[in-house]
Amino acid sequence: MKPARKQRLMLIGLMVLGASLATGFALKSFNENLMYFFSTTDVVEGKAPKDTLFRLGGMVIKGSVERPNDGLMVRFKLTDFSKDVTVEYTGILPDLFREGQGIVSSGRLNTQGVFIAEEVLAKHDENYMPPEVKDSLKNQPTPVEVKP
Amino acid sequence: MFLIPAPVVRFFHRMASPPHFYAFTERLMPWLVVIFVLLTAAGLYGGLYLAPADYQQGDSYRIIYIHVPSAWMSLFIYIVMAVAGAIGLIWRIKLAEIVAISSAPIGASFTFIALVTGSLWGKPMWGTWWVWDARLTSELILLFLYLGVIGLYGAIDDKRTASKAVAILALVGVVNIPVIHYSVEWWNTLHQGPTVTKMDKPSIHVSMLIPLLLMALSFKFYYVIALLQRSRTELLLRERNAQWVKTMISEAK
Repeated sequence: MKPARKQRLMLIGLMVLGASLATGFALKSFNENLMYFFSTTDVVEGKAPKDTLFRLGGMVIKGSVERPNDGLMVRFKLTDFSKDVTVEYTGILPDLFREGQGIVSSGRLNTQGVFIAEEVLAKHDENYMPPEVKDSLKNQPTPVEVKP
Repeated sequence: MFLIPAPVVRFFHRMASPPHFYAFTERLMPWLVVIFVLLTAAGLYGGLYLAPADYQQGDSYRIIYIHVPSAWMSLFIYIVMAVAGAIGLIWRIKLAEIVAISSAPIGASFTFIALVTGSLWGKPMWGTWWVWDARLTSELILLFLYLGVIGLYGAIDDKRTASKAVAILALVGVVNIPVIHYSVEWWNTLHQGPTVTKMDKPSIHVSMLIPLLLMALSFKFYYVIALLQRSRTELLLRERNAQWVKTMISEAK
């Protein structure tokens, strides 16, 4: 390789390396802000903000969904398989909302530690399969994957 | 160059010559189109008709046959563009510059398709058109990078200078590619994690996976076809005063 080309190659290498380092440091320092939601453990341990809106993510505990009165208000428990948080929401739930499904909701904590949701979004998992396969999987104990 | 066999080196050297590239791609084109049409037909038939409905999403999941290949292509094309740009910068090969800039509009289109189809799917499934999570935001930045490349190239009159400027922009933007890919693992996002490219076996049923891979391959062929067409036009435009173009035109008359 000719010296001039080698020099240009080195320069480009350094440029890409520099840009990656800068981006890496920037992302590292914004790490908290890039988290789209807090986990239920964060909320129980008091890491979530107190009086402001934040997003809470977790899995809806099977059998925890209830409608205490005739209205649209629905109450359920979210978990990350370690700590639980009770959520109350008034409104229309998305198609994929069901027990055992991951969701992300936005809202704030009230004084009793109940999360009052203003918006509920379903978080789809990465599994795709036909219904028959799902049925046959039901008969086996499914491995539970805990996402941080 | 001791790692690459001599015939391959010779092939690339000849391809770097504009007249040879122009003639060779003209002969290649019909084959590419035939393969593309066959792959697309097989992929769409498999994806929209043969593949079963999903256990949770029903038929709505079928958007992955467009969305996922488009998103893969948006990353793939960006890497091709940046590598071609680097080759153009280092070795000053005209064709590499042309490949780099011709990739940009195609990559931008795929990025746009990935964003729009994702949004259309997100409304019924997540309950929202758009959220500012790490995956969606970084993919949007990718679209702006592509648009920046196109805009910068258009803003500089001397196309060889423009190619150098564009290559540097593309190379700096490369840091966004791993960020997009790993965003769903590094941070909590609303977007789901990777399905196919996980280290263990893909968490998609094989009857749904095969059409997806066919579509991914067909999109690759589409890219090559579109890239060659754009490159040929750009090449003619840049070489309009060269002898081989004049000879070719006079022969065509």
